[in-house]
Amino acid sequence: MNSVTTLNLKKETENNDKTTLGFWIYLMTDLVMFGVLFATYTVLRGNTFGGPMDRNVFNLPFALSETLILLTSSFTCGLAILALQQKNKIQVILWFSLTFILGITFLILELSEFSKLISEGNSWQRSGFLSAYFTLVGTHGLHITAGLIWMIICLFKIWKEGLTSSLSRKLTLLSLFWHFLDIVWIFIFTIVYLMSGI
Amino acid sequence: MTNVIQTTDNLKENRGPKLSTYITGFASSIFLTLIPYFLVTNHIGSTYVLLTVILFFALLQMIVQLIFFLHLGRETKPRWKLAVMISFVGIILIIVGGSIWIMAHLNYSMSLLQLNNLMQYGEGF
Repeated sequence: MNSVTTLNLKKETENNDKTTLGFWIYLMTDLVMFGVLFATYTVLRGNTFGGPMDRNVFNLPFALSETLILLTSSFTCGLAILALQQKNKIQVILWFSLTFILGITFLILELSEFSKLISEGNSWQRSGFLSAYFTLVGTHGLHITAGLIWMIICLFKIWKEGLTSSLSRKLTLLSLFWHFLDIVWIFIFTIVYLMSGI
Repeated sequence: MTNVIQTTDNLKENRGPKLSTYITGFASSIFLTLIPYFLVTNHIGSTYVLLTVILFFALLQMIVQLIFFLHLGRETKPRWKLAVMISFVGIILIIVGGSIWIMAHLNYSMSLLQLNNLMQYGEGF
């Protein structure tokens, strides 16, 4: 019986490793897509077609606050994974809820920036630069939205089913996704926002 | 019997991340965000120096988060994740670097007169 349980445990970790690797490969293909969008943005950055340039449009302190909020949500997501390893259901729910709140705050800030730009007449139709900007940052925002929907479903399932092994695997993948989005945002912060201030 | 279970438990504990890992990653990420931010807002250094420095900080933060948040360093021996990542980063470097290089060269090699001629008399691009 003993050897069977250890064998099962070994098999389970092996399967988890395979799932994680598959998800990792998806994340890397996603990274290629973001890479292409970054290349587009860098090429079209100067094509303003008489519209505003990047230094006139972006607000650096606002972007910094967005960055710090997303970074903190990445940290709380990590703390949720720690609690998951200790099988502490209440803490997992707590940390993931906090991650969710920070994530939705980030999304609201991003959307308010978009609506401000559009109300000033600087929508994606204004110039090549703004099209590239809205595509790049909007794609990241869509990923964040998908992550938030995923998170709320997982939270609901933890509440109903407890920390089952299939659910903890999903939560681990969700944390990978969330940390990955944070890394993509660092490059958006650097290439879009910081470079506009130079 | 208990011995075996203990060893697997030990194995799990050693493989799993710790609180200190996340705190280190979080603190260094904040520093690596704030330093380039203050460099840019205070306009320290010339354009090209500043550009190189902030890109360097972004890369550094990416590595920090890969190690401390995504635990890339904790992977066991056949390092598949790392291998996949390196090959994809190669593809990204070719796409991004190639696009920027080609488009910059296009802008550089084509004079305004040539561009006007193309737009007026030719078929455009």
